[in-house]
Amino acid sequence: MSASAAKIIQPVEAIVLDRNGARVSPIGSRAFLLEATGDFDLAAQRRIWALSRAVELWSETLEIVPGMTNLLVVLKVTPEDPEILALRLLEAWEQAETIDLAGRMIEISVTYGGEHATDLAALCDRSGLSDREVIRIHYEGTYRVFALGSAPGFGYLHGLDPRIYMPRKTVPSLNMERGCVTIGGMQTGVAVLTGPNGWNSIGFAKLQMFDPMSSTPAVMAPGDTVRFVPASIEL
Amino acid sequence: MIDIIHTGPFNTVQDLGRPGFRNIGVTTSGAMDPLALKIGNSMLGNETGAAAIEIQIYPFKLRFSKATAFVVTGADCGASLDGRTVQPWCALSVEAGQVLELGQPRVGTRAYICIAGGIDVAPVMGSRSTSLRGAFGGREGRHLITGDTLQTGEVSSPLDLPATGLSVVDPAYALADFYPAHEDGALVIRAIPAGEYGLFGTDAERFWSQAWKISTQSDRTGYRLTGEPIKPTTPVEMRSHGVVSGVVQVPPSGEPIIQMADANTAGGYPKIAGVIEADLWRLGQARIGSRLRFVRVTHAEAAGIERAVAGFIDDVGRTSRMVCRALQTMN
Repeated sequence: MSASAAKIIQPVEAIVLDRNGARVSPIGSRAFLLEATGDFDLAAQRRIWALSRAVELWSETLEIVPGMTNLLVVLKVTPEDPEILALRLLEAWEQAETIDLAGRMIEISVTYGGEHATDLAALCDRSGLSDREVIRIHYEGTYRVFALGSAPGFGYLHGLDPRIYMPRKTVPSLNMERGCVTIGGMQTGVAVLTGPNGWNSIGFAKLQMFDPMSSTPAVMAPGDTVRFVPASIEL
Repeated sequence: MIDIIHTGPFNTVQDLGRPGFRNIGVTTSGAMDPLALKIGNSMLGNETGAAAIEIQIYPFKLRFSKATAFVVTGADCGASLDGRTVQPWCALSVEAGQVLELGQPRVGTRAYICIAGGIDVAPVMGSRSTSLRGAFGGREGRHLITGDTLQTGEVSSPLDLPATGLSVVDPAYALADFYPAHEDGALVIRAIPAGEYGLFGTDAERFWSQAWKISTQSDRTGYRLTGEPIKPTTPVEMRSHGVVSGVVQVPPSGEPIIQMADANTAGGYPKIAGVIEADLWRLGQARIGSRLRFVRVTHAEAAGIERAVAGFIDDVGRTSRMVCRALQTMN
């Protein structure tokens, strides 16, 4: 064993490659994140889905995690030269053609307002809209499952009307209940676990999103279309 | 088979985790000190990823209800078998009815009780690890409780352990050439700058220069660090993306969070750095209230350390088998 392995050389900056509408950066030694830097839209996500299919086949890939217009690639071992890997990812992005996933239509019945809508008032303050308008804008939308993540079966939904964008909270709610219908930045979704949550709750839905014993544990899949149906509005 | 005679909360069955399901939001879980788990299993002739009991709340006591072999790795917690001291990192044969007891750790925080054949709970999504958040895997998706009985697996090629046991050198010493010593009492953790590193401007330097304290709000999900806050020069609202354990995120408070084995699979806080794979086990043994310091390394250095650690684990497996065979021949 040589002691030289423990010697520390200090790289000056982060390895971040930015080219042709995509940016690659590392998370630790074995994971790399490619982010599409353009618009937050379905076109970008379709390319991410195409890129996912290509990168999944690489022999060095352990796991791929598609996110919101981005893709995390976890490798089996730490690469010696991260730039070679980053460049390869950028090339794959440039070659990635658009694909559309033929998803299912999922309707989610929601109780808007009421005891679970802990952040509805704050959303009204920020948007200058009434609670009724916020709710109407939310249930009139048609959403697309861009990716799953964060908690088992949680679907990140795209298609939120910019009028009701609401940043994540600075201090998360400590014990938000499973089923809360939430807004986090430009995204919306339904909480699948009870616990700390930085998103803003405006309603509640009773729907089991995940079953670990099923052969398809998650109800939602990327590409699915989601509509929220107001079962009741409690204001 | 083993019977749990006494346990506190948060002791669970863990293997090397459940990779491959982050894309549906399922955290990997798995041992917080995967090195201790792999070495323990290698010493018993198990697959390196066989399930073991992870102890993080003490005291803990179990009874072996049939003859088998075991080893306690990870934290040194003054283990005893029927009242007689058991050295950590020493694999021993036991008779049916013997009682193993673990006390408060003297060094480290998490101990692993590895048993020949591994803990045989039903695998869920390819792993026996307990996902406490998801309430599945391990023993009915929960932490162990007093009165639980756990099955152990079949041993395909058991080692013939010598009566005095079979020891390996604590990897903290055996791998000392590859792991820097504490600096001013702070654990040195190596990390690589991550995507939003550049956003922290002059604060970035303080990320490396100060010693961070591991706060009481730290567990298998993540470690919250306290120290002089670091903040991005402009606020960012990130699109949610996948994360892995070891990612160091900076929430608006400016005090970093290191995601650990039970971490969320996705996040949106700016990332200043990521801990290298080979240093995660050291974090897993770090105590609440202790301090750590981050040191920058390159991928090439990280890969070198990773190879050395993998080589050590291979050696333990090979050598254990050779030594047992040689001792049998001598008898």
